[in-house]
Formats: sequence, C-alpha cells, structure tokens
Amino acid sequence: MTPLLEVLDGGPAITVQDLGRLGHIAQGLTRGGAMDRNALYEASALLAQPVTAALEMVGMGGSFRTNVDTRIALTGAPMVATIDASPAEWHCTHLLPAGSVLKIGGIRAGAIGYLSFGGGIAATKMMGAQSTHLAAGLGTILSTGQALELNGDRGGRVDMLLASDDRFHGGEIGIVSSLQTDHFGGETLQRFLQTGFARDARANRQGIRLNPDGEGFAAKGGLSVVSEIIVPGDIQITGDGAPYVLMCESQTTGGYPRIATVLPSDLPKVAQAPVGAKIRFRLYSFEEAVAHEKAAQAALRSLSSRVTPRVRDPRDINNLSSYTLISGAISATEDPFAGD
Amino acid sequence: MSDYPKVARVGLAGVVVTFGETLSESANLAAIAFRAAVDAQAWGDVQETASSLVSTFLSVDLTDVSYDDIRQRLLALLDTRDWFDVSLPPDRKLWTLPMCFESHVAPQLKDAANAAGVSKKAALEQLVGSRTRVITLGFAPGQPYLGLLPEKWDIPRQSELTPNVPAGALVIAIRQFVIFATATPTGWRHVGQTAFRPFDPHREIPFAFSPGDEVRFAPITLSELSHLEGGDSFGGAEWECIG
Repeated sequence: MTPLLEVLDGGPAITVQDLGRLGHIAQGLTRGGAMDRNALYEASALLAQPVTAALEMVGMGGSFRTNVDTRIALTGAPMVATIDASPAEWHCTHLLPAGSVLKIGGIRAGAIGYLSFGGGIAATKMMGAQSTHLAAGLGTILSTGQALELNGDRGGRVDMLLASDDRFHGGEIGIVSSLQTDHFGGETLQRFLQTGFARDARANRQGIRLNPDGEGFAAKGGLSVVSEIIVPGDIQITGDGAPYVLMCESQTTGGYPRIATVLPSDLPKVAQAPVGAKIRFRLYSFEEAVAHEKAAQAALRSLSSRVTPRVRDPRDINNLSSYTLISGAISATEDPFAGD
Repeated sequence: MSDYPKVARVGLAGVVVTFGETLSESANLAAIAFRAAVDAQAWGDVQETASSLVSTFLSVDLTDVSYDDIRQRLLALLDTRDWFDVSLPPDRKLWTLPMCFESHVAPQLKDAANAAGVSKKAALEQLVGSRTRVITLGFAPGQPYLGLLPEKWDIPRQSELTPNVPAGALVIAIRQFVIFATATPTGWRHVGQTAFRPFDPHREIPFAFSPGDEVRFAPITLSELSHLEGGDSFGGAEWECIG
C-alpha cells in the first residue's frame, strides 16, 4: 500500500518545504525552503533521521490523516494539536496511527509551525528540491482533499521531546554590516540600532515588514543605487523608510538600499516573530558574527543529544502496544548539515 | 575608475566583486566574464556564483571559509587581466525570438518612439533590428534584462504604472528591454509581444537564458503570434551557440 497523507482540511497557507534549492541565483531564483530552518533540524533530531521535507503551516494548521502508522514530529511555532481528540504536545514526536485524525489548530506563540513525518514526504523534486517556491510558481499551497505520498516510516522512538529555544516572541536580532551599510552613514545606523520595531502584518515568504516606533530611515542621497545581489536576511529600506527583512523567496537582486543583514542563525527568530512582536537590532562586528554563527551551528549539530523521552502520565496512554512500529530504528546522520 | 574592481563581503553569505558604480557596457561585461573565470577555478568552498548588472557574486559561507583567504584568491584572479577589456565567455547562445510588434499587442510603440525622438517607423526598424545581450536575470525567475540599446533609447520609465501588461510582453526603458515572465504592473512601455516564456518550471530547460546570451527578434504577425501561443512555452524561439 502506498503510504498517503490526506489533507482533510487545508488551512490557508500550508506548503511542502525542505532546505530549498541551490544553484539558481544567477537565473533569478532564490533558494526558498523552510522559513524557519531550525524547525527542520529539530524534527530531524526528534525523528532520528536526516532532514526531510515537512509541511510548513503559517498561522494555523489543518486536519490530516494517514493510511499507515507513522511517527510525526511537531516543531517550530507551537500550535494546538490533537490526535483523535487527545492532546498532542508540541516539540515532540507522536505515533499517528493509520486512520487517526491529526488536528492542528491555532498558534500559541510564534508564526509558523512544522509537521514532519518519519521517513519524510515523497513529493517529487522540482529542479532539485521538494520545496514549494510560491513566487516562482513551483508547487502550490496544499488544498483540502489533496493527498501527498509519504516515503513510509521504518519506525523508531516516539514520545520524544526536544525543548525548543525561545525564538517565538521577537526580541533582539543580531545583524552585521553589508554591501550598502555605508550608504546610510553612522548617525542613521546608530538611530536604527536604538529604534524599536514591531513586526507588521505585511509579511510573506519574500519579506517581513517592520514598523519603527519613530521616524523611518533613508540612505544618503536617496534611493538610487545600482541593482545589487540580495541575500536572505538583508534589511531593505523602502520608500517610506520602514525596513523589510528579505526572506527565502525574495528577489535575487534589488535596487532599494539595504542597511545591514540579519545573522543567518537569527533569521528563524525573525520568521517566527508574530504580528506586533517587538524587535530590536544588535550590530555585531564581522568577527563577533562569525563566532556567534559557529556557536549556533554547533548547537544545531548537538540537537540530537538534547532529545529526551517525554515524561507522561501513563493514564494518557491509550494503547501501549501501538508504540512499537515496524522494527528497526533509522540512525540519524551524524551531521545534520550533511546534504545541506 | 580606480576604485574598481572592488571586493566586499555580503554579510556572512558571500563575497561580491563590483566593477562600477553605475551600469555600463564595460562593467557588465566584466561582471559576466569574471563570473566565468571564477567558475573555471572550481573552488570547493564556493557554493554558486551569479552576475548582476555590474558585479559578480560568490556564495560562500564566511562562517567556515576565511574571508581574507578568498579575498586574496579573488585579488590574484583580478590581477590576471584587464577586466574592462574582455571578450565574452564561450558557450553562450544567440536566441532568435518570434516577436509581434503590431499595435494591438504593442500599444506603446508610438509613445516609446516619441520619448526617443524618432518616428514610429524608425523605432520599429531599430527595435526589430536590435541585437542585445542578457545583462542580468532577475526581478522574477529567469526574467531577462536586455541591453544596452543606443543612447537615444535612454527613455525614463513612465511615472504612472500601466496596471497590467501580460506575460510575454516586451517592454522598454533606460536603454533596456525586459521580457516579462508573468503578468505585472510596470512603468516600462509595452512595445512587443511574444509567446516565448523565459521561465517555465515544467519545461526540460526551465530557464532559457544565462547572462551573456544574445537576443534578436524575428517579427511575426498577429495571427502567427496567436498560433505560437497555442504551442509550447518556447513560443517558436530558436538558438544557436556563439563563442
């Protein structure tokens, strides 16, 4: 039997996302992939398997059913979830028995939740990756009634917990100077660092707008710079002076000046800041930024070691025997970045 | 000119080599040629490369790769020749795109001619006879910026946006053409229409163009356009290799 995931109720913005596709910047296609890559690494650690494509759920989830027993991992922004009406804790793995209904509802904190499967989603690769890239018309938002093929789960531990870092409330975001930082001048940059921002409702996979609690910002000599390469995390200042943090589906080049760029390891925190969340920027020197990123990468590499069995009330367990899946656990790759 | 070429970091995501402050033929050619030279080095720590209007980008994880080291390698490569006097890299394509310039589908040809200070007839001759280069791809996936046209075509964008030009529209401004990949509002003037699509994810070759490719037009009638629009997303385009 082909393992299938049925979308019983699609929610507004669910897409299949992996780590994105490399190699097409020259042709105008950005990498795309999960907005919160850490959520995929966490799922990988929880399910003890290499990083696989997951369902990215923006704002709210949906209802799902599979025709085979499978392990699932719930990562990213915590959402209200139940399996056949029993609460399913976030940041955990669960057994989703064949025919059971997994309901994922509203968000408790953050902005984007992720649903991963033991063995992963079998969606066909398009141009080298499974990621839906909405801006490029690669793949589409999942709709109610759609079925996705799964690879099938060879089994493994369930009911494991990986406490998440607290990246779901905005807060301090590390930045480093970039190509056009000097166009703004020291005074403007200082004011930028002293300004508080609130995450605007205008946000998508291309960029997230932030509203300053004071005046906006401008490059010296106006907005006229030659169109230059954009990388995810670049903070672009648009016509009205408010910054946009450019995300994974941004354009590859742009003519609006950019004041700085967000440290890669802090981008998930930007992606997960809910509407209205307060954000402040802290400027790192290049050397500090490298040290910060090395530490963040080491933390991701050690995620597996932080996975623990969830302490649970035995009375919650409906059927202990159902926790044994097909025998044989899959070993995770030693390095979560392998194949990245 | 002495400030260029310039090597700089792009945050922690890579390195950019810039050949000018504003778009010029020589800076754009340098960026395309230098990208080919970097690719030929096949450096293992460079994930991918790209050229934009006046610069070459190397995607490099500066968390792991020493910036000083890659900078030294780039400076050494820059030193090997005068990048402002280069011929284009080999393995480029010359595209011939069937393009309809009839008024129904080229509603602003006369307007563009006025802005350039030439008659509509002269404008048509110049556009039909043009041979331009893909100076960069962007804004939408695979969407080409073609240039540079003669100085007289340094016409500004309109201050009022045209609410919607269709996919396959040929538009003109600031000595460049764009062929739109999707329907879009624009300040550029709509002067032609093609059934060719620069990007089609479902095609065996999703992206038609690479920077440095050259483009000329084969004028077609409205009925030929309509026939081609019933066909595949190459829209009758043909290409040959040029060196």
